[in-house]
Amino acid sequence: MRSRANLWIVVPALLALAACTGQQSALDPQGPQAHRLADLIWIFTAIGAVIWLAVMAVLLSALIRRAPERPDPLALGIPTERRSVVAVALAATATLLIVIALTAVSYLSQRRVYAKETSSVVIKITGHQWWWDVNYESDHPDQIVRSANELYIPAGEPITVKLAASDVIHSFWIPNLMGKQDLIPGQDNELQFTADRTGIYRGQCAEFCGWQHAHMGMFAVVLPKDQFSAWRTAQVAPAAPPADPIRQRGSEIFQSKACVMCHTIRGSSAASRVGPDLTHFASRKSIASATLPMSRGNIAAWILDPQGIKPGTNMPIVPLASDEIDPLASYLEGLR
Amino acid sequence: MKKISLVISIAFAVLLSACSREDRPLRSEPVLSENKESIALASNAPGPGGPVEYKTGTRSQYEKVAFQVSQGKKLFSWYNCSGCHANGGGGSVPALMDDVWIYGSSIENIAASIREGRPNGMPTFRGKIPEDQIWQIAAYVRALGGFVSSDVASSRHDEMYAHPGEGRLPAPPNRTSSQIGLAEPK
Repeated sequence: MRSRANLWIVVPALLALAACTGQQSALDPQGPQAHRLADLIWIFTAIGAVIWLAVMAVLLSALIRRAPERPDPLALGIPTERRSVVAVALAATATLLIVIALTAVSYLSQRRVYAKETSSVVIKITGHQWWWDVNYESDHPDQIVRSANELYIPAGEPITVKLAASDVIHSFWIPNLMGKQDLIPGQDNELQFTADRTGIYRGQCAEFCGWQHAHMGMFAVVLPKDQFSAWRTAQVAPAAPPADPIRQRGSEIFQSKACVMCHTIRGSSAASRVGPDLTHFASRKSIASATLPMSRGNIAAWILDPQGIKPGTNMPIVPLASDEIDPLASYLEGLR
Repeated sequence: MKKISLVISIAFAVLLSACSREDRPLRSEPVLSENKESIALASNAPGPGGPVEYKTGTRSQYEKVAFQVSQGKKLFSWYNCSGCHANGGGGSVPALMDDVWIYGSSIENIAASIREGRPNGMPTFRGKIPEDQIWQIAAYVRALGGFVSSDVASSRHDEMYAHPGEGRLPAPPNRTSSQIGLAEPK
């Protein structure tokens, strides 16, 4: 019984601590905007805590202290009354000042968080049920990169993210880098942020968008500038045609089945834009919007039974013969 | 007192039954169900006799489920049926919202048209569109033609259209209520 009670205290405490650092935490900021937001959180929490403690102290002292004996309960102008008028006036003034100060702090930091800079990396993200379509915009059409569920960004450079939605409202939130912003059908939103440190941070749809809302994650991969341009160059290239016979067969299966109705593989005749672009599919870290880690087994599992892994997803069960899944998974696994 | 509690519990039961309007079957049926619905075959036997149709009728249930019809509507645009059929109005190819059905208006015939293709332009989607999605699209095409009852066909569009949702269109004059799945008026 005792250990059960301890568990009730220890687990929430651990959870609270775990939220302070990590891959997906607003309290572990990795960029100037995220730092401002984290500072705001701490300032508000600290002031709120001091006020709460002060109120509790006053309440406690009022409970403990005995009221002084009054010979005439109806007498006016006694010193206690004067003192309480002063105390209430002071408390009211302090409340007003604190509210004004917090408003000013909040306003000033928001002005800096949402300040617009010129940025060389412009990414358009379209939210779908339940995945992210990621497009790197460019003035040169041959430099446009289309990917999904992953956001590669250079460290130390301001990034502009344009947000749109195709079906319902989603919300883009990478807590380590920036506050959240909604993706609304028919309205284009924009967000700017900078990442200071290289690393991988997890993002999550933060607006309930249907059954698989919880499985609508993404990864932001922050790279040094030179590695980012190398990544971008690699992504611009079309998929290399498969060389070995098994992968060639996989490619034929891909082209002859339902896959080709929704997906694009640049360099092949698959060019539909309904589902995620698979040109460099295996260079990503996850499958199905950060639901499964990228591996050959998971690719096969996802193709064979997407509705078992992510019920309600728009990926249908595609009938495959038993000797077709292995070449298909090999083909996809080789799309680096 | 007993009567009141009875009324209340019946009301609750009615309310609760409204919570699950219909099932949403997400997993398609077993893989090799593709040819269950055979269509018009000419008999080999000598003598007169038109084509014979074999129908299990199970797939015709698709047009009675709002989920299937609205999935069909989504797939109709995703698979670019509008590229030729122009939202049902007919562009370079036959319209789907009038009452002319060259290859039959039953859901089995429409599904066969999608799966096998038709002469002069309609490609075959056998193997390209999973079987259950073919039936969803066929159910939606039935809705375009006014065959689907108005509480099943969707009443609004996600995009801009010139006409109201299929569920709000008046049934074509030559469709009887029984054809669109409603009870015959008394």
